[in-house]
Amino acid sequence: MTRPHLSPLHSPAAATPAGPRRWLDRRRLVHGALLALMLLAPVAADLLGEVYYVNLASRIALVAMAAVGLNLAIGFGGMISFGHAAYFGLGGYVAGISAYHAFDGSLVMGLPGSDDMRVIWLAAVLLCGLLALAIGAISLRTTGVYFIMITLAFAQMVYYFATSWPDYGGEDGLPIYLRNSLPGVDTQDALSFFLICFAGLMLSLALTSRLMKSRFGAALTMARLNETRLATAGISPFPIRLVAFVVSAMITGLAGALYADLNGFVSPSMLSWQLSGELMVIVILGGVGRLYGPLAGAILFVMMETLLGGLTEYWTFFLGLVLLGVVLFARQGVIGWLAGSERHG
Amino acid sequence: MGERVLSISGMSKRFGALQATQDVSLDLHAGEIHALIGPNGAGKSTLIAQIAGSLKPDAGEIRLGERDITALGVARRARLGLGRSFQVSCLAEPLSVLRNVMIGAQALQGHSFRFWRPVDSDPRLLAPAHAALERMHLAHRADTPVAALSHGERRQVEVACALVLEPRALLLDEPMAGLGPEGSARLTELLETLKQEVPILLIEHDMDAVFRLADRISVLVAGRVIAHGDGPTIRRDPRVRDAYLGD
Repeated sequence: MTRPHLSPLHSPAAATPAGPRRWLDRRRLVHGALLALMLLAPVAADLLGEVYYVNLASRIALVAMAAVGLNLAIGFGGMISFGHAAYFGLGGYVAGISAYHAFDGSLVMGLPGSDDMRVIWLAAVLLCGLLALAIGAISLRTTGVYFIMITLAFAQMVYYFATSWPDYGGEDGLPIYLRNSLPGVDTQDALSFFLICFAGLMLSLALTSRLMKSRFGAALTMARLNETRLATAGISPFPIRLVAFVVSAMITGLAGALYADLNGFVSPSMLSWQLSGELMVIVILGGVGRLYGPLAGAILFVMMETLLGGLTEYWTFFLGLVLLGVVLFARQGVIGWLAGSERHG
Repeated sequence: MGERVLSISGMSKRFGALQATQDVSLDLHAGEIHALIGPNGAGKSTLIAQIAGSLKPDAGEIRLGERDITALGVARRARLGLGRSFQVSCLAEPLSVLRNVMIGAQALQGHSFRFWRPVDSDPRLLAPAHAALERMHLAHRADTPVAALSHGERRQVEVACALVLEPRALLLDEPMAGLGPEGSARLTELLETLKQEVPILLIEHDMDAVFRLADRISVLVAGRVIAHGDGPTIRRDPRVRDAYLGD
């Protein structure tokens, strides 16, 4: 409340009485630094020939992108989905299955497979959107704990379906022997592939930002804060929430398609409730409802997993401590701590 | 009397053993304020909730103009021109006053599936919202978060939220509550001019305001309309004195 100039999203005329907003304030500085770190660290690693760290950066970018999608549902829409692994995994399976059929030239549901990433991305986004439309249409009739549980239940259905379907590896998962291709880009090259992932992350951030400033975003914000007010003002909350849920799933699904290509492998673990939980932890760590929260959360999560995980297999104990600290002392997460608090809404 | 804008006929609602609304029929004509008074627990707010659509009546019919709106939801009724303020203010507290009012302007201009243009610089939303706040003498509070407003100011924001919908009828549930004598007098004045544009169904406990403003008064006791008429008629009615006005 003490820094109204920090809230361009929510205070339409704040710039006028407070004078022109400073071009470079703390918030923008932190966001810019995070993006620069995200972009420059792997470039440096590539120059040093450290492919491992380039791939680690790709992993961070994709996990962050998946969490950006989830944050749209949880943070901006107030829909606590505990089933976003369904979309992450579905995106991954689209990449895997399409590559599998492109490899042996067979048909999938009457269509040829493709190893063109553009085709895969489109299919992943559309299928995740359809799945989220069906799941959301049912789940959004409930709220609170019931919503959490019903989204979990749907994701578990998808998980068990994948484990019990032998055609695509069942429990063992499905390898992608050759990373899918993109015209004009050598996707086998670690840095080139990282740049694709980074572009995906930037796109999802830009989309979320733009969306939340629009009329749709204003309605979604009101649906989260006070749905009675929204309805009384003449806008039904349900379709607004449903569309936000679908867009959220599409972003997470696209991240999943890239994630399968990064690992050259897709398995039911991408659909597991543990993964849904990890995405939630990243959103909470980073800062719920903060645009750059998922990026900060993903960097912290993956770095802890990599660094502490290398020292002890009990690294999640320390993750738990950090999460506890954030929930108790920094409600706006790591990003709130770094960039300052933001007027909520 | 002007044309009939809102009419409720034979409305009933029961919660278990409690008959909250019992065969209530009311109407609202252009240019008037119709006050609904009655003791606490008489079912006034329940009645408003049914008219606004947040509560489904067991029986009865509601018409806005010629249109039967009994089966429509809250949002649809609001878009058709039914503005409402709540007894306990119902606003998004972290948002600015302006943001709370703008959402109504947005609903009026068609669907909200517009994903690109920022609302912050959209004159089509800002202009009507500022105009509604101006009307309620709240222009200076536009950028203040609702959480920082006094109780009385919040009630005024609620009325501004209803006004921005360009309503055909207004349902105001105790708009004077918490205003203090000065604010109350100002709002009374405002409602007096407002009724020329949009008729008001007014629930109010401030009897001075009611008798000054209301063209007609209905008295609700235990879910039933026990008396109906203009101010002097209601003042004289022995049943009303007995049930509500005291003395």
